[in-house]
Amino acid sequence: MTVTSAGAETNAVARPVPNTADLWPGGEAAPLAPRARLLPALGAVYRAQLSRAKVARIPLLFVATFQSVGIMILMRGVVDGGSEARSVVAGSSVLVVAFVALNLLAQYFGQLRASGGLDHYATLPVPPAAVVLGAAGAYASFTVPGTVATAAVGCVLFQLPLANLWVLAAVIPLAGAALSGLGAALGLLAPRQELATLFGQLGMSAALLLGVLPAANLPEPVDWVRDVLPSTYGVEALARAFDPHPDWLAMAGDLSVCAAVGAVSLAVATWAYRRAACR
Amino acid sequence: MSKGTDQASAARDTVVRVRGLVKSYPAVRGRRGAATAAVRASDGIDLDVRRGEIFGLLGPNGAGKSTLVRQLTGLLRPDAGAIAMLGHDLVRHPERAARLMGYLGQESIALDELTVALAAETTGRLRGLDTRTARAERDAVLEELGLTGIAARAIKRLSGGQRRLACFAATLVGERPVLVLDEPTTGMDPVARRAVWAAVDRRRAEHGATVVLVTHNVIEAETVLDRVAVMDGGRVIACDTPAGLKALVADEVRLDLVWRDEPPLQVAEIAALRESATVSGRRWTLRLPQARARAVVAEVTGGPAFAALDDFTLATPSLEDVYLALGGRQKGLVKA
Repeated sequence: MTVTSAGAETNAVARPVPNTADLWPGGEAAPLAPRARLLPALGAVYRAQLSRAKVARIPLLFVATFQSVGIMILMRGVVDGGSEARSVVAGSSVLVVAFVALNLLAQYFGQLRASGGLDHYATLPVPPAAVVLGAAGAYASFTVPGTVATAAVGCVLFQLPLANLWVLAAVIPLAGAALSGLGAALGLLAPRQELATLFGQLGMSAALLLGVLPAANLPEPVDWVRDVLPSTYGVEALARAFDPHPDWLAMAGDLSVCAAVGAVSLAVATWAYRRAACR
Repeated sequence: MSKGTDQASAARDTVVRVRGLVKSYPAVRGRRGAATAAVRASDGIDLDVRRGEIFGLLGPNGAGKSTLVRQLTGLLRPDAGAIAMLGHDLVRHPERAARLMGYLGQESIALDELTVALAAETTGRLRGLDTRTARAERDAVLEELGLTGIAARAIKRLSGGQRRLACFAATLVGERPVLVLDEPTTGMDPVARRAVWAAVDRRRAEHGATVVLVTHNVIEAETVLDRVAVMDGGRVIACDTPAGLKALVADEVRLDLVWRDEPPLQVAEIAALRESATVSGRRWTLRLPQARARAVVAEVTGGPAFAALDDFTLATPSLEDVYLALGGRQKGLVKA
């Protein structure tokens, strides 16, 4: 039995940090359980996050879709056709992705960080990238029905061709990656949960204004912000899809920039997660 | 502490070794003058946990139990000291902690919106199991804890005790030699509690698993723990089996007197007892040597004070009494 008194521990604190060899004389280290590998772990997180979305977030998908459809109806009265109509439809569709992947993911990671939920993942042998990419991928995937519905409604509303909407199959993942990386980074870097929510909302508002409003009329500083915003390239690629004879090369260019921005954004998010969760 | 000659075999039997652990939280200079002083959450902690034992950390709020657990699990970097688990240095390699132990935290936020089954399966897969093994182990664990009926419900929608049980199930999927549990049975009914300890015992018997557990619950601590470290103010003030600790205060017993209305202070003996009693409403709590306690009981039940007495209890010391006897700075572990 040991009962310690106040003076007894000064010895322990004063001596230098012991080696594991001193602490574990003659014993070998026990075998470690295997780490989870990146892809299987990513799959597990992806499936879990998607299930979370189905349990709790379907109403929010409706909200996102109605928000975008409402904006398009509003702009129908202002815009008549041409490149502006394409901007409006493309911007409103990508806005659904921004709502879920940027706004909601920022709130989720902010809440997780503030409440100590990251500890759950930090005490599992899972690579940080798997957690971030899995969550980002799930949130981006969740937006697919809403985005497709918004684009279809927009095409009907503004009499644009529906033929090239298959481009969404590329736009949604790439814009989703870019926006969710940004959302995750904002949620993880914000010092307080309220700030994470605020930044998520601001990001979504930026995506709204800078995506929906036609680029031609924007003042120059705002134009620079538009160039930096990850969703812009996805919006432009989608807008090109509504041309009767789309410029495929330019669209491919926009999509590759979007992919590059997405990769950077997810890398930043993974760094932010490591900073927040790992010691 | 085993500083003896059998260091090699002691090393084989010891699963966790902590030496000289120190962790301080810095002072916070608040706005408008509201500042928090620096807190020494871990103040030179030395511990050994042996293989196959259920080791408890008992202490009031703010004693530093959760801080110690967070350092053991690699979530917090200690300012000084060493932690070795199964031969691995967890201060230099905190990521190895995740591969050696399963951790049950106090909150369940990360798992909240998942169903019970998916939470267990995902945690298993994140522990490195492939899908089929994770599903098989999940089914086994849910069966063992009696959760199969609610396996498809979201954890958020369960009652507090069931939620805790579901999180405990997730901790068990994917076998680990060490389990670190932070207040695992909070809010659980007796049936669930029994299921938890049965599951822990089974793993102890089959795999030699070791459990480190933080608890507030003195009664559970006395029945379940093999050894307990009593903590206060960041230090371990005693570490022994519950029976061994109670032997420290074995010559004292606790006497509770509950008065019907007003205590009969006109009786001289009762007035004399008033000073040494802890008064809480109509209940007086006295800690007395055995002989004296017998005398007091005889006086109170045989004399004029009996008419004013509603109830009395004579009890052997609990771990709470041990804590107070050892100089615990708080008034007790459980508010009477």
